Amino acid sequence: MLTGLTLTKAREGLAARKFSARELAKAQLDAIARLNPVLNAYITVLPEETVLAAADAADARYAAGTAGLMDGLPIGVKDLFCTKGVRTTAASKMLENFVPPYESTVTANLLKAGAVFLGKTNLDEFAMGSANITSAFGPVASPWKRKDDPSATLVPGGSSGGSSAAVAAGLGLAATGTDTGGSIRQPAAYCGIVGLKPTYGRCSRWGTIAFASSLDQAGPMTRCVADAGLMLEAMAGFDEKDSTCSNRPVPAFSKAVGKSVKGLRVGIPTEYRSPNLPAEVVAMWEQGIAWLKEAGCEIVDVSLPHTKYGLTTYYIIAPAECSSNLARYDGIRFGIRKDAPTLDGVYEATRAAGFGAEVRNRILMGTYVLSAGYYDAYYLKAQKVRTLIKRDFEQAFENVDVLLTPTAPSAAFAQGENMDDPVQMYLNDIFTVPASMAGVPALSVPVGLNGNGLPLGLQVIGKHFDEETVLSIGGALEAAAGFTHLPSVHAGAGA
Amino acid sequence: MSYVIEGKTGPWEIVVGLEVHAQVISQSKLFSGASTKFGGDPNTQVSLVDAAFPGMLPVINKECVAQAIRTGLGLNAQINLFSRFDRKNYFYADLPQGYQISQFEHPIIGKGSIEIELQSGETRQIGITRLHLEQDAGKLLHDQDPTKSFVDLNRAGVALMEIVSEPDIREPEEAGAYLRKLRQILRYLGTCDGNMEEGSMRADVNVSVRKAGEPFRTRCEIKNVNSIRFVMQAIEVEATRQIEIWENGGEVDQETRLFDPGRGETRTMRSKEDAHDYRYFPDPDLLPLVVEQAWVDELKSKLPELPDAKRARFQKDYGIPSYDAGVLVAEQAVADFYETVAKGRDGKLAASWVIGDLFAALNRTSNTIETSPVSAASLGKMLDLIADGTINGKIAKEVFEDMVETGDSPDAIVERKGLRQVTDTGVIDAAIAAILEKHADKVAEYRGGKDKLFGFFVGQVMKETKGKANPALVNSALKAQLDG
Repeated sequence: MLTGLTLTKAREGLAARKFSARELAKAQLDAIARLNPVLNAYITVLPEETVLAAADAADARYAAGTAGLMDGLPIGVKDLFCTKGVRTTAASKMLENFVPPYESTVTANLLKAGAVFLGKTNLDEFAMGSANITSAFGPVASPWKRKDDPSATLVPGGSSGGSSAAVAAGLGLAATGTDTGGSIRQPAAYCGIVGLKPTYGRCSRWGTIAFASSLDQAGPMTRCVADAGLMLEAMAGFDEKDSTCSNRPVPAFSKAVGKSVKGLRVGIPTEYRSPNLPAEVVAMWEQGIAWLKEAGCEIVDVSLPHTKYGLTTYYIIAPAECSSNLARYDGIRFGIRKDAPTLDGVYEATRAAGFGAEVRNRILMGTYVLSAGYYDAYYLKAQKVRTLIKRDFEQAFENVDVLLTPTAPSAAFAQGENMDDPVQMYLNDIFTVPASMAGVPALSVPVGLNGNGLPLGLQVIGKHFDEETVLSIGGALEAAAGFTHLPSVHAGAGA
Repeated sequence: MSYVIEGKTGPWEIVVGLEVHAQVISQSKLFSGASTKFGGDPNTQVSLVDAAFPGMLPVINKECVAQAIRTGLGLNAQINLFSRFDRKNYFYADLPQGYQISQFEHPIIGKGSIEIELQSGETRQIGITRLHLEQDAGKLLHDQDPTKSFVDLNRAGVALMEIVSEPDIREPEEAGAYLRKLRQILRYLGTCDGNMEEGSMRADVNVSVRKAGEPFRTRCEIKNVNSIRFVMQAIEVEATRQIEIWENGGEVDQETRLFDPGRGETRTMRSKEDAHDYRYFPDPDLLPLVVEQAWVDELKSKLPELPDAKRARFQKDYGIPSYDAGVLVAEQAVADFYETVAKGRDGKLAASWVIGDLFAALNRTSNTIETSPVSAASLGKMLDLIADGTINGKIAKEVFEDMVETGDSPDAIVERKGLRQVTDTGVIDAAIAAILEKHADKVAEYRGGKDKLFGFFVGQVMKETKGKANPALVNSALKAQLDG
């Protein structure tokens, strides 16, 4: 089943010439043609001849023995990465016809490694959301169904919901995501796949449409931990066009998986043990702790005292940056324009027509917290708290190698649930946001199903630029969990 | 205390501070690789970063940072090894990002000062509060279409230095002297061309008035004044307006105003209520700017000699008066020209030729020192010809005019025109003999005691030799023949 492969297996198959990159790509395109109308995981699917031409080129490189790290591997690209000549929308009406004349550094790195792009995956508008329901191109449906109510359409998580749904359902072997407060990890957990948010600065942000610059980070969404390492290796690297991008060498991340974790110290943040946490999430967490103990890890309680302020702080800093980052969408140089008799009128009409409700909410919040008279009370204070959160992590990492937490406080919910109250929606990010605030790497690994048949993920948080240990621990969890469940909707089902 | 404006209620003092925006001389823009050349076709020097396309990121241009540090050093200012870029948020069609990247809280340059000299010869120190780097905006063209405005982004993202003075200025003349001195320093440093007509240097003027001894009253800011003369006029006009308001029992509102030189008035541009809330915050796309002291030291060691130091040295090395030295250092190019002429020669004579004949010739032929038809080397050679007696001072004037006209070297002109000074005593004696013979009557008068006639004989001999005779030789030979 060519749609069910991991990157690692597919790469082996291509190298051994068991199948061609063309066959592999064609299988994904067929699955997309069949299932995308149901899932809405892709906003734009590339023309078949474009995809197959890229696959043929990959086949030629395999024949010539010059194949790259990702050669011939068909993947989806979150529609937040600018792709040269291919419409890039950020799932916003604002950019519904925007075709960038440039390629983002991350996608350029992937193309250089030989990856074959299938199309642009759906997301929450400008990556703002936790359920992929704010897209101007319609919500994404999770391929998973609740046992007790199979008719309900569940959310795939967000904002990288198109990517998580596509990877889970076999509409691409992997996909890129971006994570600002959990936008890779939470949808990965909801869809039963692996998602890695690297250290801030590991991947260049150049050419990726900005949401909150000090938090945004690109990462892989894959079917296994080794794939996440492989793909990150291709995505990462120094880029002089991004001043915040690290010039550290990129290790061979895929080799970190399978390494012994014996003797590694795993911290359990006591503050995360909330009494409101559903019992099955707690149970899954305990199970993860037990697995790592068995694998030879030492389990240590640690304290992250400021973590309880993580979410509120995040919802000051991220909107503040977003309100400024999104000011460029003014109808003057690109994107949609609504004419009006005055310049201010053009701005108002264009931005009212171009931005959806959630984006407008966040622009308003961000503008408010930066305003004269409120700046000190909100933005400045949030920055100070952010420093304290970072320090919490630094202190914790003096004693432990990684932290283990649930990825999300629950399994996926249904479209329509959680939607009246934005704060309820924001609570989905409670476990993922602190690592974003601290800029440290974090991985979500699927470890089991809840009572209703829905996947749950555990999060492994590591030290700055220590994705390798994170991947090793993730690999150990993966091996112990043996998660092989497939969603109700997937390319192999009923075919 | 000198300058005051007389109101109905007595004298008023004015208080002025200046914010100068100086465009940095650099190949490329502050955060992008696009060219900064002036006068390109609209929108031909715009990178994707300048146009704020989605996902584009700024990267600091090291040369612009170096220029700011050089300027700070030239202003005797504190160089801040740590500085930071902030976003100043507002919407306008010439501002593609929707924010200007500037330095709000942590500027790269701190306190410094400038010494100004007034007409009276009196000097004063004007404090510099700070200098920071920021992006320039684009330009709107309103005259291309009856209903639409056009946007030219060539200038968008070009580096500016905003140089803020303390409110130390107390009269229009001081403001003028400050701007001229600042421009002179920037030009010497090569960090800004100081061209106010092309807009590469613009001034915002903060004006308030007060009675002597009072604390500051409310100030108004006059935006974007584009010549030194207008700055001086605007200060006077605005101060007068404020005095009238205070004296009529009113209250000056803090606001932003525009100066209309045609009408000689300022008028409201934005009131305080309409003031923008810029929502400054640190730009998350850029790391704090940290520079090393060693680099600052290196830049300092390569700094050119600045006008004040040069002026003092000219006085000392070339023995010229302070005023002349001031004239000669006003522009770096003139100073360099002068120094090429004066080096190893008579400095005073060099100064008088440069300030006198050369400036007059440049004026007459509509040239600048850069396009001077007479090179410094040529003028120097001409002084050598005077010094070694090849020509005398009078002939030198003729040679110089020829140099201006033809651009030929002085020796060539002397040869071509046969202007070599006659030092052959035989020739001079013969000319004297002829003259004395011709004017035997006057000789008799002279010998009869009419001493004044000596000058007449000198003139006649010079005329006879077509001005080429060495005047000293003519003098002594004449004396010998008449008195002997």
